[in-house]
Amino acid sequence: MRISRFRENYIGFQTIVIKEVGRVLRIWIQTLVPPAITMTLYFIIFGSLIGSRVGQLGGFSYMAYIAPGLIMMSVITSSYANVVSSFFGAKFGRHVEELLVSPLPNYMIVLGYVAGGVVRGLLVGILVTVIALFFTRLHMVHPFVTLSVVILTAVVFSLGGLINAVFAKKFDDVTIVPTFILTPLTYLGGVFYSINMLPVVWQHIARANPILYMVNAFRYGILGVSDIGIGTAYAIILFSIIGLFSFSLYLLHNGVGLRS
Amino acid sequence: MNALSIHNLVKTYKNGTQALKGIDFEVQEGEFSALLGPNGAGKTTAIGIITSLVNKTSGTVKVFDYDIDTEIERAKSCIGLVPQEINFNQFEKISDIVINQAGFYGIPRRLAKQRTEKYLKQLSLWDKRDDISRTLSGGMKRRLMIARALVHEPKLLILDEPTAGVDIEVRRSMWMFLKKINKEGITIILTTHYLEEAEDLCRRVAIIDKGRIIEQGRTRDLLAKLHTETFVLNLREPLQQVPPLDGYAVTQVDDTTLEVEVNKSQDVNMLFGLLSQQHIQVTSMRNKVNRLEELFVRLVEGKG
Repeated sequence: MRISRFRENYIGFQTIVIKEVGRVLRIWIQTLVPPAITMTLYFIIFGSLIGSRVGQLGGFSYMAYIAPGLIMMSVITSSYANVVSSFFGAKFGRHVEELLVSPLPNYMIVLGYVAGGVVRGLLVGILVTVIALFFTRLHMVHPFVTLSVVILTAVVFSLGGLINAVFAKKFDDVTIVPTFILTPLTYLGGVFYSINMLPVVWQHIARANPILYMVNAFRYGILGVSDIGIGTAYAIILFSIIGLFSFSLYLLHNGVGLRS
Repeated sequence: MNALSIHNLVKTYKNGTQALKGIDFEVQEGEFSALLGPNGAGKTTAIGIITSLVNKTSGTVKVFDYDIDTEIERAKSCIGLVPQEINFNQFEKISDIVINQAGFYGIPRRLAKQRTEKYLKQLSLWDKRDDISRTLSGGMKRRLMIARALVHEPKLLILDEPTAGVDIEVRRSMWMFLKKINKEGITIILTTHYLEEAEDLCRRVAIIDKGRIIEQGRTRDLLAKLHTETFVLNLREPLQQVPPLDGYAVTQVDDTTLEVEVNKSQDVNMLFGLLSQQHIQVTSMRNKVNRLEELFVRLVEGKG
Protein backbone atom coordinates (compact mmCIF):
# COMPACT_ATOMS: atom_id res chain seq x y z
CA MET A 1 0.00 0.00 0.00
CA ARG A 2 1.47 3.31 -1.08
CA ILE A 3 0.51 6.34 0.95
CA SER A 4 0.68 9.85 -0.44
CA ARG A 5 3.77 12.00 -0.05
CA PHE A 6 1.74 14.51 1.95
CA ARG A 7 0.64 11.83 4.41
CA GLU A 8 4.22 10.53 4.71
CA ASN A 9 5.43 14.05 5.49
CA TYR A 10 2.66 14.54 8.00
CA ILE A 11 3.65 11.28 9.77
CA GLY A 12 7.25 12.53 9.87
CA PHE A 13 6.13 15.85 11.36
CA GLN A 14 3.94 14.04 13.90
CA THR A 15 6.88 11.84 14.88
CA ILE A 16 9.08 14.84 15.65
CA VAL A 17 6.27 16.44 17.68
CA ILE A 18 5.62 13.24 19.69
CA LYS A 19 9.35 12.91 20.32
CA GLU A 20 9.73 16.56 21.36
CA VAL A 21 6.66 16.68 23.59
CA GLY A 22 7.69 13.35 25.11
CA ARG A 23 11.06 14.90 25.93
CA VAL A 24 9.44 17.95 27.57
CA LEU A 25 7.20 15.75 29.73
CA ARG A 26 9.91 13.18 30.51
CA ILE A 27 12.26 15.81 31.91
CA TRP A 28 9.48 18.04 33.33
CA ILE A 29 11.58 18.85 36.35
CA GLN A 30 14.01 20.64 34.02
CA THR A 31 11.54 21.97 31.47
CA LEU A 32 8.42 23.00 33.40
CA VAL A 33 9.32 23.49 37.05
CA PRO A 34 12.17 26.08 36.89
CA PRO A 35 10.16 28.79 35.03
CA ALA A 36 7.27 28.21 37.44
CA ILE A 37 9.55 28.75 40.45
CA THR A 38 11.23 31.83 38.90
CA MET A 39 7.90 33.42 38.03
CA THR A 40 6.50 32.70 41.49
CA LEU A 41 9.46 34.63 42.93
CA TYR A 42 8.82 37.49 40.49
CA PHE A 43 5.17 37.62 41.59
CA ILE A 44 6.13 37.62 45.27
CA ILE A 45 8.99 40.13 45.06
CA PHE A 46 7.97 42.53 42.28
CA GLY A 47 4.22 42.04 42.32
CA SER A 48 3.40 41.62 45.99
CA LEU A 49 6.23 43.23 48.01
CA ILE A 50 7.38 46.06 45.72
CA GLY A 51 4.20 46.29 43.62
CA SER A 52 2.03 47.14 46.63
CA ARG A 53 4.06 50.37 46.99
CA VAL A 54 4.03 51.24 43.26
CA GLY A 55 0.34 51.92 42.97
CA GLN A 56 -1.67 51.61 39.76
CA LEU A 57 -0.30 51.36 36.24
CA GLY A 58 -2.55 51.72 33.18
CA GLY A 59 -5.53 51.57 35.50
CA PHE A 60 -4.52 48.23 37.04
CA SER A 61 -2.70 47.14 40.15
CA TYR A 62 1.03 46.65 39.52
CA MET A 63 0.60 42.92 40.08
CA ALA A 64 -2.11 42.68 37.40
CA TYR A 65 -0.08 44.90 35.06
CA ILE A 66 3.08 42.79 35.16
CA ALA A 67 1.31 39.40 35.12
CA PRO A 68 0.81 39.26 31.29
CA GLY A 69 4.43 40.37 30.80
CA LEU A 70 5.72 37.67 33.12
CA ILE A 71 3.60 35.02 31.40
CA MET A 72 4.93 36.16 28.03
CA MET A 73 8.50 36.23 29.36
CA SER A 74 8.22 32.61 30.46
CA VAL A 75 6.73 31.60 27.09
CA ILE A 76 9.54 33.34 25.21
CA THR A 77 12.38 31.83 27.23
CA SER A 78 10.84 28.34 27.36
CA SER A 79 10.05 28.03 23.65
CA TYR A 80 13.52 29.31 22.75
CA ALA A 81 15.27 27.08 25.29
CA ASN A 82 13.35 24.01 24.19
CA VAL A 83 14.35 24.13 20.54
CA VAL A 84 17.89 25.35 21.04
CA SER A 85 18.69 22.61 23.57
CA SER A 86 16.86 19.82 21.77
CA PHE A 87 18.21 20.57 18.29
CA PHE A 88 21.73 21.26 19.50
CA GLY A 89 21.59 18.06 21.57
CA ALA A 90 20.60 16.16 18.43
CA LYS A 91 23.43 17.80 16.52
CA PHE A 92 25.97 17.17 19.27
CA GLY A 93 24.89 13.53 19.70
CA ARG A 94 24.73 13.19 15.90
CA HIS A 95 21.21 11.78 16.00
CA VAL A 96 20.09 14.73 13.89
CA GLU A 97 21.49 12.50 11.12
CA GLU A 98 18.43 10.29 11.59
CA LEU A 99 16.43 13.20 10.18
CA LEU A 100 18.96 14.33 7.61
CA VAL A 101 19.12 10.93 5.88
CA SER A 102 15.32 10.60 5.86
CA PRO A 103 13.16 11.90 3.02
CA LEU A 104 11.39 14.31 5.36
CA PRO A 105 11.49 17.78 3.75
CA ASN A 106 13.33 20.53 5.60
CA TYR A 107 10.18 22.57 6.19
CA MET A 108 8.66 19.63 8.07
CA ILE A 109 11.77 19.30 10.24
CA VAL A 110 11.54 23.01 11.08
CA LEU A 111 7.78 22.79 11.75
CA GLY A 112 8.24 19.71 13.95
CA TYR A 113 10.83 21.35 16.19
CA VAL A 114 8.86 24.61 16.28
CA ALA A 115 5.74 22.71 17.33
CA GLY A 116 7.72 21.14 20.18
CA GLY A 117 8.91 24.59 21.28
CA VAL A 118 5.41 26.02 21.08
CA VAL A 119 3.99 23.18 23.17
CA ARG A 120 6.56 23.71 25.91
CA GLY A 121 6.08 27.50 25.75
CA LEU A 122 2.32 27.10 26.13
CA LEU A 123 2.59 24.53 28.93
CA VAL A 124 4.86 26.86 30.87
CA GLY A 125 2.56 29.82 30.01
CA ILE A 126 -0.46 27.94 31.41
CA LEU A 127 1.48 27.02 34.53
CA VAL A 128 2.58 30.62 35.13
CA THR A 129 -0.98 31.86 34.47
CA VAL A 130 -2.27 29.50 37.15
CA ILE A 131 0.40 30.80 39.55
CA ALA A 132 -0.52 34.40 38.63
CA LEU A 133 -4.14 33.70 39.56
CA PHE A 134 -3.03 33.07 43.13
CA PHE A 135 -1.81 36.67 43.28
CA THR A 136 -4.23 38.66 41.12
CA ARG A 137 -7.41 38.45 39.06
CA LEU A 138 -6.98 38.24 35.28
CA HIS A 139 -9.82 38.62 32.79
CA MET A 140 -9.19 37.82 29.16
CA VAL A 141 -10.60 40.92 27.48
CA HIS A 142 -9.67 39.82 23.95
CA PRO A 143 -9.31 36.01 23.92
CA PHE A 144 -8.41 35.77 20.21
CA VAL A 145 -5.62 38.36 20.56
CA THR A 146 -4.34 36.67 23.72
CA LEU A 147 -4.18 33.19 22.21
CA SER A 148 -2.95 34.19 18.77
CA VAL A 149 -0.21 36.46 20.15
CA VAL A 150 1.06 33.88 22.64
CA ILE A 151 1.16 31.13 20.00
CA LEU A 152 2.76 33.31 17.32
CA THR A 153 5.34 34.63 19.78
CA ALA A 154 6.22 31.08 20.80
CA VAL A 155 6.68 30.30 17.07
CA VAL A 156 9.03 33.29 16.66
CA PHE A 157 11.25 32.22 19.55
CA SER A 158 11.18 28.55 18.65
CA LEU A 159 12.51 29.52 15.23
CA GLY A 160 15.11 31.70 16.93
CA GLY A 161 16.17 28.73 19.07
CA LEU A 162 16.48 26.53 16.01
CA ILE A 163 18.71 29.04 14.20
CA ASN A 164 20.86 29.41 17.31
CA ALA A 165 21.23 25.63 17.51
CA VAL A 166 22.17 25.36 13.84
CA PHE A 167 25.03 27.83 14.30
CA ALA A 168 26.11 26.58 17.74
CA LYS A 169 29.31 24.57 17.76
CA LYS A 170 29.61 24.03 21.52
CA PHE A 171 27.33 24.19 24.56
CA ASP A 172 28.52 27.73 25.39
CA ASP A 173 27.10 28.96 22.08
CA VAL A 174 23.65 27.81 23.16
CA THR A 175 23.63 30.13 26.18
CA ILE A 176 25.13 33.26 24.60
CA VAL A 177 21.98 34.48 22.82
CA PRO A 178 19.58 33.92 25.75
CA THR A 179 22.00 35.55 28.21
CA PHE A 180 23.21 38.53 26.22
CA ILE A 181 20.31 39.23 23.86
CA LEU A 182 17.05 37.57 24.88
CA THR A 183 17.05 38.35 28.61
CA PRO A 184 17.98 42.06 28.26
CA LEU A 185 15.45 42.56 25.45
CA THR A 186 12.73 40.84 27.49
CA TYR A 187 13.47 42.93 30.61
CA LEU A 188 13.49 46.09 28.48
CA GLY A 189 10.39 44.93 26.57
CA GLY A 190 7.85 46.51 28.90
CA VAL A 191 7.33 43.51 31.15
CA PHE A 192 7.67 45.57 34.35
CA TYR A 193 6.76 49.06 33.16
CA SER A 194 4.93 51.08 30.55
CA ILE A 195 7.23 52.74 28.03
CA ASN A 196 5.23 55.93 28.61
CA MET A 197 7.15 56.15 31.88
CA LEU A 198 10.44 56.50 29.94
CA PRO A 199 11.95 59.75 28.61
CA VAL A 200 10.90 60.44 24.98
CA VAL A 201 14.27 59.41 23.53
CA TRP A 202 14.16 56.08 25.33
CA GLN A 203 10.58 55.56 24.23
CA HIS A 204 11.80 55.74 20.60
CA ILE A 205 14.70 53.39 21.34
CA ALA A 206 12.39 50.97 23.16
CA ARG A 207 10.19 50.76 20.08
CA ALA A 208 13.08 49.09 18.22
CA ASN A 209 12.72 46.11 20.55
CA PRO A 210 10.37 43.52 18.97
CA ILE A 211 9.63 41.92 22.34
CA LEU A 212 7.95 45.17 23.43
CA TYR A 213 5.27 44.59 20.77
CA MET A 214 4.70 40.98 21.79
CA VAL A 215 4.42 41.76 25.49
CA ASN A 216 2.10 44.70 24.88
CA ALA A 217 -0.10 42.82 22.41
CA PHE A 218 -0.48 40.03 24.96
CA ARG A 219 -1.21 42.53 27.73
CA TYR A 220 -3.84 44.08 25.43
CA GLY A 221 -5.41 40.63 25.01
CA ILE A 222 -5.69 40.12 28.77
CA LEU A 223 -6.12 43.63 30.23
CA GLY A 224 -7.17 45.64 27.19
CA VAL A 225 -4.31 48.16 27.54
CA SER A 226 -1.22 48.55 25.37
CA ASP A 227 1.58 51.05 24.71
CA ILE A 228 1.64 50.23 21.00
CA GLY A 229 -0.80 49.57 18.15
CA ILE A 230 -1.99 45.94 17.95
CA GLY A 231 -1.84 45.99 14.14
CA THR A 232 1.85 46.94 14.29
CA ALA A 233 2.46 44.15 16.80
CA TYR A 234 0.86 41.53 14.53
CA ALA A 235 2.80 42.86 11.54
CA ILE A 236 6.11 42.61 13.42
CA ILE A 237 5.34 39.12 14.73
CA LEU A 238 4.26 37.80 11.32
CA PHE A 239 7.20 39.46 9.57
CA SER A 240 9.55 37.87 12.12
CA ILE A 241 8.00 34.44 11.54
CA ILE A 242 8.31 34.69 7.77
CA GLY A 243 11.89 35.98 7.98
CA LEU A 244 13.08 33.42 10.55
CA PHE A 245 11.27 30.50 8.89
CA SER A 246 12.80 31.36 5.50
CA PHE A 247 16.23 31.69 7.07
CA SER A 248 15.85 28.33 8.86
CA LEU A 249 14.96 26.66 5.56
CA TYR A 250 17.94 28.28 3.88
CA LEU A 251 20.25 26.99 6.63
CA LEU A 252 18.88 23.45 6.49
CA HIS A 253 18.87 23.38 2.69
CA ASN A 254 22.53 24.37 2.56
CA GLY A 255 23.40 22.19 5.52
CA VAL A 256 24.97 25.08 7.44
CA GLY A 257 26.38 23.66 10.67
CA LEU A 258 24.95 20.25 9.79
CA ARG A 259 26.68 18.99 6.67
CA SER A 260 30.33 19.38 5.67
CA MET B 1 18.92 -1.38 -13.16
CA ASN B 2 21.73 0.22 -11.23
CA ALA B 3 21.06 0.60 -7.53
CA LEU B 4 23.78 3.23 -7.44
CA SER B 5 25.53 5.19 -10.18
CA ILE B 6 28.24 7.64 -9.29
CA HIS B 7 29.86 9.67 -12.02
CA ASN B 8 32.88 11.94 -11.71
CA LEU B 9 32.16 12.65 -8.04
CA VAL B 10 34.38 15.33 -6.55
CA LYS B 11 34.48 16.59 -2.99
CA THR B 12 36.75 19.38 -1.85
CA TYR B 13 36.39 20.42 1.78
CA LYS B 14 36.58 24.07 2.85
CA ASN B 15 40.13 23.57 4.13
CA GLY B 16 41.16 22.59 0.60
CA THR B 17 41.38 18.82 1.19
CA GLN B 18 40.26 17.00 -1.92
CA ALA B 19 38.63 13.88 -0.47
CA LEU B 20 37.24 12.62 -3.79
CA LYS B 21 38.95 13.33 -7.09
CA GLY B 22 36.32 12.30 -9.60
CA ILE B 23 35.23 8.77 -8.78
CA ASP B 24 33.02 6.57 -10.93
CA PHE B 25 31.28 3.68 -9.22
CA GLU B 26 28.30 1.55 -10.07
CA VAL B 27 26.40 -1.09 -8.15
CA GLN B 28 23.75 -3.22 -9.76
CA GLU B 29 20.45 -3.97 -8.08
CA GLY B 30 20.70 -7.04 -5.84
CA GLU B 31 24.50 -6.98 -5.62
CA PHE B 32 26.63 -7.18 -2.50
CA SER B 33 29.53 -4.76 -3.02
CA ALA B 34 32.41 -3.48 -0.97
CA LEU B 35 34.21 -0.20 -1.00
CA LEU B 36 37.69 -0.78 0.36
CA GLY B 37 40.39 1.66 1.19
CA PRO B 38 42.80 2.79 3.89
CA ASN B 39 41.85 5.45 6.43
CA GLY B 40 41.27 8.81 4.76
CA ALA B 41 40.82 7.25 1.32
CA GLY B 42 37.41 8.89 0.83
CA LYS B 43 35.03 5.99 1.64
CA THR B 44 33.04 7.77 4.34
CA THR B 45 32.93 10.97 2.29
CA ALA B 46 31.47 9.03 -0.65
CA ILE B 47 28.87 7.42 1.60
CA GLY B 48 28.13 10.80 3.18
CA ILE B 49 27.38 12.29 -0.22
CA ILE B 50 25.15 9.37 -1.26
CA THR B 51 23.14 9.70 1.96
CA SER B 52 23.01 13.55 1.99
CA LEU B 53 25.21 13.99 5.04
CA VAL B 54 27.96 15.62 3.00
CA ASN B 55 27.55 18.22 0.23
CA LYS B 56 29.27 17.24 -3.00
CA THR B 57 31.43 19.67 -4.94
CA SER B 58 30.54 18.26 -8.37
CA GLY B 59 29.52 15.09 -10.16
CA THR B 60 26.32 13.07 -10.23
CA VAL B 61 24.88 10.46 -7.89
CA LYS B 62 21.84 8.43 -8.80
CA VAL B 63 20.09 5.97 -6.51
CA PHE B 64 17.79 3.64 -8.44
CA ASP B 65 17.87 6.30 -11.18
CA TYR B 66 16.80 9.07 -8.81
CA ASP B 67 19.28 11.92 -9.08
CA ILE B 68 20.15 13.31 -5.65
CA ASP B 69 20.21 16.81 -7.16
CA THR B 70 16.65 16.72 -8.45
CA GLU B 71 14.84 13.86 -6.67
CA ILE B 72 16.57 13.76 -3.32
CA GLU B 73 13.52 12.65 -1.32
CA ARG B 74 12.86 9.66 -3.58
CA ALA B 75 16.56 8.77 -3.54
CA LYS B 76 16.65 8.95 0.26
CA SER B 77 13.59 6.69 0.53
CA CYS B 78 15.55 3.93 -1.20
CA ILE B 79 18.54 4.06 1.19
CA GLY B 80 19.13 2.65 4.65
CA LEU B 81 22.35 3.79 6.33
CA VAL B 82 24.37 2.14 9.06
CA PRO B 83 27.03 4.74 9.87
CA GLN B 84 30.49 4.12 11.23
CA GLU B 85 29.91 6.08 14.46
CA ILE B 86 27.07 5.51 16.89
CA ASN B 87 24.52 8.20 16.04
CA PHE B 88 21.34 7.42 17.93
CA ASN B 89 20.09 9.18 21.04
CA GLN B 90 21.84 7.34 23.86
CA PHE B 91 19.07 8.29 26.30
CA GLU B 92 16.21 6.96 24.23
CA LYS B 93 14.52 3.59 24.50
CA ILE B 94 15.67 1.07 21.92
CA SER B 95 12.21 0.47 20.48
CA ASP B 96 11.55 4.23 20.30
CA ILE B 97 14.71 4.78 18.24
CA VAL B 98 13.51 2.33 15.60
CA ILE B 99 9.84 3.42 15.68
CA ASN B 100 10.78 7.10 15.35
CA GLN B 101 13.08 6.39 12.43
CA ALA B 102 10.18 4.66 10.67
CA GLY B 103 8.09 7.76 11.36
CA PHE B 104 10.67 10.01 9.70
CA TYR B 105 10.21 7.88 6.59
CA GLY B 106 6.44 8.36 6.71
CA ILE B 107 5.55 4.89 8.00
CA PRO B 108 2.33 4.87 10.07
CA ARG B 109 2.92 4.15 13.76
CA ARG B 110 1.11 0.80 13.86
CA LEU B 111 3.15 -0.55 10.94
CA ALA B 112 6.29 1.00 12.43
CA LYS B 113 5.71 -0.95 15.65
CA GLN B 114 5.20 -4.22 13.74
CA ARG B 115 8.40 -3.70 11.76
CA THR B 116 10.32 -2.69 14.87
CA GLU B 117 9.32 -5.98 16.48
CA LYS B 118 10.30 -7.88 13.32
CA TYR B 119 13.78 -6.36 12.98
CA LEU B 120 14.59 -6.25 16.68
CA LYS B 121 13.71 -9.96 16.85
CA GLN B 122 15.80 -10.75 13.76
CA LEU B 123 18.75 -8.94 15.30
CA SER B 124 18.24 -10.49 18.74
CA LEU B 125 17.40 -7.20 20.44
CA TRP B 126 13.71 -7.73 21.18
CA ASP B 127 14.37 -8.61 24.82
CA LYS B 128 16.14 -5.27 25.21
CA ARG B 129 13.41 -3.18 23.56
CA ASP B 130 12.53 -1.22 26.71
CA ASP B 131 16.13 -0.58 27.73
CA ILE B 132 17.87 2.75 27.30
CA SER B 133 20.19 2.50 24.31
CA ARG B 134 23.38 3.55 26.09
CA THR B 135 23.19 0.39 28.21
CA LEU B 136 23.77 -1.81 25.14
CA SER B 137 27.12 -3.42 24.37
CA GLY B 138 29.11 -2.28 21.31
CA GLY B 139 27.89 -5.20 19.19
CA MET B 140 24.29 -4.59 20.21
CA LYS B 141 24.56 -0.91 19.30
CA ARG B 142 25.73 -1.91 15.83
CA ARG B 143 22.80 -4.30 15.49
CA LEU B 144 20.42 -1.58 16.66
CA MET B 145 21.71 0.68 13.89
CA ILE B 146 21.09 -2.11 11.37
CA ALA B 147 17.51 -2.56 12.65
CA ARG B 148 16.98 1.20 12.44
CA ALA B 149 18.34 1.28 8.88
CA LEU B 150 16.04 -1.54 7.79
CA VAL B 151 12.79 -0.38 9.39
CA HIS B 152 11.64 1.50 6.29
CA GLU B 153 12.62 -1.54 4.18
CA PRO B 154 15.12 0.19 1.91
CA LYS B 155 16.18 -1.25 -1.44
CA LEU B 156 19.79 -0.23 -0.83
CA LEU B 157 21.55 -0.77 2.49
CA ILE B 158 24.83 1.05 3.04
CA LEU B 159 27.04 -0.03 5.94
CA ASP B 160 30.10 1.98 6.87
CA GLU B 161 32.46 -0.33 8.75
CA PRO B 162 29.60 -2.22 10.40
CA THR B 163 31.75 -4.74 12.22
CA ALA B 164 34.50 -2.44 13.44
CA GLY B 165 35.31 -3.23 17.05
CA VAL B 166 32.89 -6.13 17.47
CA ASP B 167 33.97 -9.60 18.50
CA ILE B 168 34.31 -12.41 16.00
CA GLU B 169 31.09 -14.16 17.05
CA VAL B 170 29.00 -11.03 16.59
CA ARG B 171 30.80 -10.28 13.33
CA ARG B 172 30.01 -13.69 11.93
CA SER B 173 26.36 -13.51 12.97
CA MET B 174 26.16 -10.11 11.29
CA TRP B 175 27.66 -11.54 8.11
CA MET B 176 25.04 -14.29 8.10
CA PHE B 177 22.28 -11.75 8.58
CA LEU B 178 23.59 -9.54 5.79
CA LYS B 179 23.89 -12.51 3.43
CA LYS B 180 20.30 -13.45 4.25
CA ILE B 181 18.83 -10.00 3.55
CA ASN B 182 20.91 -9.71 0.37
CA LYS B 183 19.39 -13.01 -0.82
CA GLU B 184 15.98 -11.51 -0.09
CA GLY B 185 16.76 -8.77 -2.60
CA ILE B 186 18.34 -5.88 -0.73
CA THR B 187 21.35 -4.39 -2.48
CA ILE B 188 24.21 -3.95 -0.02
CA ILE B 189 27.28 -1.75 -0.10
CA LEU B 190 29.74 -1.93 2.73
CA THR B 191 33.01 -0.37 3.59
CA THR B 192 35.27 -2.42 5.76
CA HIS B 193 38.77 -2.77 7.07
CA TYR B 194 38.29 -6.51 7.40
CA LEU B 195 39.20 -7.62 3.92
CA GLU B 196 38.28 -11.15 4.84
CA GLU B 197 34.76 -9.74 5.26
CA ALA B 198 34.72 -8.31 1.75
CA GLU B 199 36.15 -11.50 0.26
CA ASP B 200 33.60 -13.64 2.04
CA LEU B 201 30.54 -11.47 1.41
CA CYS B 202 30.96 -9.35 -1.68
CA ARG B 203 30.61 -10.25 -5.32
CA ARG B 204 32.06 -6.91 -6.36
CA VAL B 205 34.77 -4.78 -4.86
CA ALA B 206 36.04 -1.26 -5.50
CA ILE B 207 39.32 -0.15 -4.01
CA ILE B 208 39.63 3.54 -3.26
CA ASP B 209 42.80 5.33 -2.32
CA LYS B 210 43.56 9.04 -1.96
CA GLY B 211 40.19 9.97 -3.43
CA ARG B 212 40.42 7.81 -6.53
CA ILE B 213 39.04 4.38 -7.38
CA ILE B 214 42.19 2.46 -8.27
CA GLU B 215 40.52 -0.88 -9.03
CA GLN B 216 37.02 -2.25 -9.27
CA GLY B 217 35.30 -5.30 -10.56
CA ARG B 218 34.10 -8.75 -9.53
CA THR B 219 35.93 -9.98 -6.44
CA ARG B 220 36.84 -13.22 -8.26
CA ASP B 221 38.32 -11.33 -11.23
CA LEU B 222 40.31 -9.02 -9.00
CA LEU B 223 41.72 -11.91 -7.04
CA ALA B 224 42.76 -13.57 -10.30
CA LYS B 225 45.06 -10.60 -10.85
CA LEU B 226 47.03 -11.57 -7.81
CA HIS B 227 50.30 -13.08 -9.04
CA THR B 228 51.68 -14.45 -5.82
CA GLU B 229 50.42 -15.78 -2.54
CA THR B 230 52.45 -16.21 0.62
CA PHE B 231 51.94 -19.41 2.62
CA VAL B 232 53.00 -19.93 6.19
CA LEU B 233 54.13 -23.52 6.85
CA ASN B 234 54.36 -24.96 10.35
CA LEU B 235 56.93 -27.76 10.57
CA ARG B 236 57.09 -30.84 12.79
CA GLU B 237 60.88 -30.68 13.38
CA PRO B 238 62.97 -27.54 13.93
CA LEU B 239 65.27 -26.47 11.09
CA GLN B 240 68.83 -25.28 11.50
CA GLN B 241 68.89 -23.33 8.23
CA VAL B 242 66.61 -22.28 5.37
CA PRO B 243 66.10 -25.33 3.12
CA PRO B 244 66.93 -24.89 -0.60
CA LEU B 245 63.59 -24.92 -2.44
CA ASP B 246 64.44 -24.20 -6.09
CA GLY B 247 62.20 -21.55 -7.64
CA TYR B 248 60.48 -20.55 -4.42
CA ALA B 249 61.28 -17.51 -2.29
CA VAL B 250 61.60 -18.87 1.23
CA THR B 251 61.95 -17.04 4.53
CA GLN B 252 62.51 -18.72 7.86
CA VAL B 253 60.39 -17.04 10.53
CA ASP B 254 61.59 -19.25 13.40
CA ASP B 255 62.84 -22.84 13.95
CA THR B 256 59.58 -24.45 12.93
CA THR B 257 57.97 -21.82 10.66
CA LEU B 258 58.64 -21.02 7.02
CA GLU B 259 57.08 -18.44 4.71
CA VAL B 260 57.02 -19.44 1.06
CA GLU B 261 55.90 -17.26 -1.86
CA VAL B 262 54.11 -19.25 -4.57
CA ASN B 263 53.40 -17.53 -7.86
CA LYS B 264 50.80 -18.43 -10.44
CA SER B 265 53.17 -20.43 -12.66
CA GLN B 266 54.08 -22.68 -9.75
CA ASP B 267 52.00 -25.13 -7.81
CA VAL B 268 51.79 -26.18 -4.22
CA ASN B 269 52.20 -29.93 -5.02
CA MET B 270 55.66 -29.25 -6.39
CA LEU B 271 56.52 -27.33 -3.25
CA PHE B 272 55.43 -30.24 -1.09
CA GLY B 273 57.42 -32.60 -3.28
CA LEU B 274 60.58 -30.58 -2.65
CA LEU B 275 59.85 -30.47 1.09
CA SER B 276 59.31 -34.27 1.18
CA GLN B 277 62.60 -34.87 -0.65
CA GLN B 278 64.34 -33.04 2.19
CA HIS B 279 62.34 -34.97 4.83
CA ILE B 280 60.64 -31.83 6.05
CA GLN B 281 57.22 -32.60 7.48
CA VAL B 282 54.56 -29.88 7.36
CA THR B 283 51.95 -30.05 10.14
CA SER B 284 49.77 -27.14 8.93
CA MET B 285 49.62 -24.41 6.32
CA ARG B 286 47.79 -21.09 5.98
CA ASN B 287 47.78 -17.94 3.85
CA LYS B 288 49.92 -15.24 5.43
CA VAL B 289 47.15 -12.70 4.77
CA ASN B 290 43.90 -13.25 2.96
CA ARG B 291 44.13 -12.91 -0.78
CA LEU B 292 42.14 -9.72 -1.03
CA GLU B 293 44.30 -8.11 1.61
CA GLU B 294 47.37 -9.04 -0.40
CA LEU B 295 45.88 -7.51 -3.54
CA PHE B 296 44.79 -4.45 -1.58
CA VAL B 297 48.21 -3.85 -0.12
CA ARG B 298 49.88 -4.31 -3.50
CA LEU B 299 47.48 -1.86 -5.18
CA VAL B 300 47.64 0.77 -2.48
CA GLU B 301 51.41 0.54 -2.27
CA GLY B 302 51.63 0.66 -6.05
CA LYS B 303 53.07 -2.84 -6.37
CA GLY B 304 50.12 -4.14 -8.33
